[in-house]
Amino acid sequence: MPELYVLGVALGALAVAAILAAVTRGPALAFVYPLSALAATVIGIVDLGALLRGGELAAVLPIGLPAIGLHLRLDTLSAFFGIVINGGVLAASVYGMGLDRTHELTPRVEPLFPLFAAAMNLVLIADDAYAFLFSWELMSLASWALVAARHTDPESRRAAHLYLVMAAIGTAALLFAFGGLAGPTGGYAFDTIRHHRPAPLIAALILAAALVGCGSKGGLIPLHAWLPLAHPAAPSHVSALMSGVMTKVAIYGFVRIAFDLLGPPAWWWALPPIILGVVTAVLGLLYAVLDRDLKRVLAYSTIENVGVIFVALGLALAFRANGQNEGAAVAMAAALLHVLNHSWFKSLLFLGAGAVLHATGRRDLDGLGGLIHRMPRTAAFFLVGALAISALPPLNGFVSEWLLFQAVIAAPELPQAALHFASPAIGAMLALAAALAAACFVRVYGTAFLGRPRSVEAANAHDVPLAQQIAMGGLAFLCILGGLLGSVLAVALAPVLGDLVSTGLPIGEGPTPFSLIAFDPARSVYDAPVIALFVAIASLTTLVVVHRISERRSRRGPAWDCGFPDPSPVTQYTASSFAQPLRRVYGTLAFASRETVEMPPPGDQRPARLSVVVVDHLWRVFYATPGRAVLNLSSRLNVLQFLTIRRYLVLMFAALVLLLALAAVTT
Amino acid sequence: MTADFFVQLLAQGAQMTFVLLIAPLAVGVVRRVKALLMRRQGAPLLQAYLDLAKLVRKESVIAESASWLFRSAPYLIFALTWVAAALVPSFASGLMFNWAADVVALVALLGAARALLALAGMDVGTSFGGIGSSREMMIATLAEPAMMLIVLTLAIAAGTTRLAGVADFFIAEPFAVRVSMALSLIALVIVALAENARIPVDNPVTHLELTMVHEAMVLEYSGRHLALIEAASHLKLVLYLSLLVCLFAPFGMAPADAGLAGWLIGLAAWIIKILACAALLGVWEVSIAKMRVFRLPDFLGVAFVFGFLAILLAFLTRGVFA
Repeated sequence: MPELYVLGVALGALAVAAILAAVTRGPALAFVYPLSALAATVIGIVDLGALLRGGELAAVLPIGLPAIGLHLRLDTLSAFFGIVINGGVLAASVYGMGLDRTHELTPRVEPLFPLFAAAMNLVLIADDAYAFLFSWELMSLASWALVAARHTDPESRRAAHLYLVMAAIGTAALLFAFGGLAGPTGGYAFDTIRHHRPAPLIAALILAAALVGCGSKGGLIPLHAWLPLAHPAAPSHVSALMSGVMTKVAIYGFVRIAFDLLGPPAWWWALPPIILGVVTAVLGLLYAVLDRDLKRVLAYSTIENVGVIFVALGLALAFRANGQNEGAAVAMAAALLHVLNHSWFKSLLFLGAGAVLHATGRRDLDGLGGLIHRMPRTAAFFLVGALAISALPPLNGFVSEWLLFQAVIAAPELPQAALHFASPAIGAMLALAAALAAACFVRVYGTAFLGRPRSVEAANAHDVPLAQQIAMGGLAFLCILGGLLGSVLAVALAPVLGDLVSTGLPIGEGPTPFSLIAFDPARSVYDAPVIALFVAIASLTTLVVVHRISERRSRRGPAWDCGFPDPSPVTQYTASSFAQPLRRVYGTLAFASRETVEMPPPGDQRPARLSVVVVDHLWRVFYATPGRAVLNLSSRLNVLQFLTIRRYLVLMFAALVLLLALAAVTT
Repeated sequence: MTADFFVQLLAQGAQMTFVLLIAPLAVGVVRRVKALLMRRQGAPLLQAYLDLAKLVRKESVIAESASWLFRSAPYLIFALTWVAAALVPSFASGLMFNWAADVVALVALLGAARALLALAGMDVGTSFGGIGSSREMMIATLAEPAMMLIVLTLAIAAGTTRLAGVADFFIAEPFAVRVSMALSLIALVIVALAENARIPVDNPVTHLELTMVHEAMVLEYSGRHLALIEAASHLKLVLYLSLLVCLFAPFGMAPADAGLAGWLIGLAAWIIKILACAALLGVWEVSIAKMRVFRLPDFLGVAFVFGFLAILLAFLTRGVFA
């Protein structure tokens, strides 16, 4: 097993880098990034080998808990997620190499970066509950410390606090899930767990706990509230890691538990992930489309994508429970490809947001504008990411979206009435999410990169260092390539699909080797290379013909704007004005949003005012109210701190009596 | 094999040419019918061709604040729409590249063209461009769920998402027109009106600032760029008309293995059907007024509800007769 040794050395290198960086100061900290990039490349190659070869590598180390030891295992599922994660780490590290050595390196970020990367890799290869939870917590804490890096900023502190609470709740839920999986006899190695079949009720509880544990890390609504605060608070390349990559570890956790450890599924297991996923997808984007902070919009869109992935996983569970492996393969391929695709375009977008932040010092959309002229390369890469995340062909986001829609379209073939009556609702909600995503990213790109600059900073922006351009350019290239060669990726996925749902996609049976096929070539085919070729030929022909006919004359002039061009950039549409129709259509329902126009009477010289009230019901119901209740309760219990010795003795005696009574009753 | 291959390639090329050629005529028919019904003199039937020819030759004035996106978007929008239009079965169902995109991919291709147009609308940085883009994307969020429901109904009926497959199914079983198909038809008509910026969703001839959607987005375009945008919107109209007749009135369409005679009959049938639909659109447009922007959710909501009912009925009929 030389691969496992290589893996161990690479992870060790990351750990050593973290320790060395902890005692380093100043520009020397920059060594972290080349080293992380190298380690990520090495681990990624090992993972790729393991994925393509199939099979698994396992090792038991005599550390960890005494009776258990430390089980490590690299199977196709971990290998696939390993590729996703190390790709993201590589891109973030290359971006990190472009950071300004004198100003942008801090001992609060750089030592934690390799630690965070190593912890995520450890989660994937953990093969017992202890190792899994340990590395999961390590990952949470490392990312928490990264969120808290700018601790002087009250916003960051609040984000870090909320994140810590939610991470603790999530891990506690996972603790229960693994407790249930291990059962009363308590075999915590995953191999033992696989042979133990929990009773249906216990299985349901385990599934719920896994949804809470993994869902809180991935941002499933209503456990999402920390994510849009925490992800943007970190430095941008770390935000890219958290949003593009760490949410995928959460999905890995859910797949590992629901598809591997928990045994054969029952059909109704599909309902919670599908319902939560659909709600998350639509609400996540409604939040995104109303927000004015560039990085927060991206974080909300991460929530949406996690929702989409959970819908696909739920459908895969439903098909698998009914023995329809072909459908399960389509849904699972959609989920896994979306995991891969989202890691690429979301990392790209966060790195792009980092570039904008670096160049202008601003993340508020209403203060940007016109960056396409000042930062042409970043603008081009960001455009690829924005179109890819809007699920537009021929980019990669559409490949997974197409597969997901095929799975939804096949859902009426499931025998359960609940599922086939749910399928139109799922399809409509996903289509709504896709259309909202397009609206959201047209808005983001249109206000940040297009138009005229709305601030001095935006007008004086400059493009970022070469290393950062390479990081973004590489991801943009992958987004295009993944869109054209989605079928090749699907073939590479075959071993994972084989392990999880026992069959792959029928790629290669279609009209061309690159046709993506769902179910059957006679049923649904999408051939990205052919379409891209057609579009390329059509646009080039048009270009040549139009230029031949026309005299190719063009002239620059002031904007027409219906004859009344206003030179002030304030007259442009802003992010808020772009969102206004959407807020009126969807916000009144989802956020009880109200607009009031205060119009002074004629002759009065005061300006008219428009005020908008938006209520975040989810925050009120799931966070503010329970938070207040806990505070209330604790302040009441506070009395117990100031009792006399006598009363404490009475309380202890009462507790003892109560416990004895309980013991007497139960036995 | 090779001879057959070239015939097929030729047929596909013919389809691409035909959609391009007929598009301005269809628009001319709509305008002509509207003019006749309004007792106006109206422009000649072929005016749309002349307009395009004039625009292509004219100088293009580009705003100072426009970027490369503004200049390249028209070519891409035109190409995307053209390819999408060429993928809808028109005179024959089994054309060479019909399989390359199913109906989900087709909708997404149009979505890509729309996103590029909306971006181009925001590029110059004027208030009109923004108003058009933001409303266009809002309308899209209302139309796409309804479209998805229609796709789902068709897929349940025909067992495929390939347009050619659906068309073949309806050619083979012309009497499979159930109630759910009728409901889908209404839903698709509403979606098509919204997607093509026709009355009552948008008014293609308006330049009144409060009512513009599509026109506001393309306000800054001129010359050859405007010609391409206009041609793309004509193509999109033909695409949706083709889609409607392909799915709900496929009679006359040549099946996959038809010879030249079959194709000619199919072509004649297709042209007649497209022009008849264009005339109906003209009648519809004079008989209804443009809606306020914020009434649109109600209008497109009708499409959504009909789409939903269509699916439920499809489930029920399948449950009863299967």
